[in-house]
Amino acid sequence: MSEASLSPAERSAIVRDSLAVGLATGAYGFGFGAVSVASGLSIAQTCVLSLLMFTGASQFALVGVVAAGGAPVSGAATALLLGTRNTLYGLRMAPLLRWRGWRRVAAAHVLIDESTAMGVTRDTTEGTRLGFLTTGVSVFVLWNVATAVGAVAGEAVGDPRTFGLDAAVGAAFLALLWPRLRDRRNVLVGVLAAAVALAAVPVTAAGVPVLAAGGVALLVGVLGKRQDPTEVPGPDDVAGRHH
Amino acid sequence: MWTAVLLAGVGCYLLKLAGLSLPERVLAHPTVERVADLIPVALLSALVAVQVFSTGPELVLDARALGLAFAVVALLLRMPFLVVVVGASVVAAVARLV
Repeated sequence: MSEASLSPAERSAIVRDSLAVGLATGAYGFGFGAVSVASGLSIAQTCVLSLLMFTGASQFALVGVVAAGGAPVSGAATALLLGTRNTLYGLRMAPLLRWRGWRRVAAAHVLIDESTAMGVTRDTTEGTRLGFLTTGVSVFVLWNVATAVGAVAGEAVGDPRTFGLDAAVGAAFLALLWPRLRDRRNVLVGVLAAAVALAAVPVTAAGVPVLAAGGVALLVGVLGKRQDPTEVPGPDDVAGRHH
Repeated sequence: MWTAVLLAGVGCYLLKLAGLSLPERVLAHPTVERVADLIPVALLSALVAVQVFSTGPELVLDARALGLAFAVVALLLRMPFLVVVVGASVVAAVARLV
């Protein structure tokens, strides 16, 4: 980690890449807004989720569980379990960002897949901060605007089955899962978890199957022996970078 | 519902802050690291399965499965996220009309 200053060209390249990711990911907030109100949350609850929780997978998980008829507390538990992913990103990013005090408290809010991916690959603290912050803030602004627009549009649509909004949720989760499926062990865990969840659907309350599948992660993690580095998304794993 | 929204929202923020504030050695234990890495994989897979193949307490195979099939193809072709998600909706909606 050197302290050399970035050249103007390097700065603008990082900003450009980060804004592209922000734009692509932010647009995706429209889908969240629409799906959330279709799941039975109010427009206000939907917007508060994007403002306060601000981590897409957890937000989709909460509304997904509620849409399936699960208790709000099951939805919240699933959202929190998925949110532990950001803790891992934070552990990785803290020594790279080297922020203290209020800056760290503020930075934590935009600590998500995309900002981590666009910050973690830089060679300097300055580059890491620039990529992390530009991505995090642009995603935050656009995600929230798009959520509000999507929520209003979703309310107008009414039944989520119209326009196939119910199918969008499964596709959204698959897109979030996809970059992790390059690892063979992860594919195995994914298949097992899906099987456990489906087996639990007829015999448990809604919301429980997904949490039960979390047990697969626990089991394989405890029994597994392999040493491997913490998985952190790279620039190719986030929206707007598929070209 | 408001309680769940607010508690989970604040909780998710605190999980982020904890990551930036805790010493890195928390991850030093290989079991903790493995479990933490696998949790998102297991939960996201389960969410895909439950969202697509169930309605309430019943397992069902309907237009959503076609939407998911489209999503798989789109992801294999490295399409942008938005195309994957919107395309899956359109495929499911059209399948219901046919």
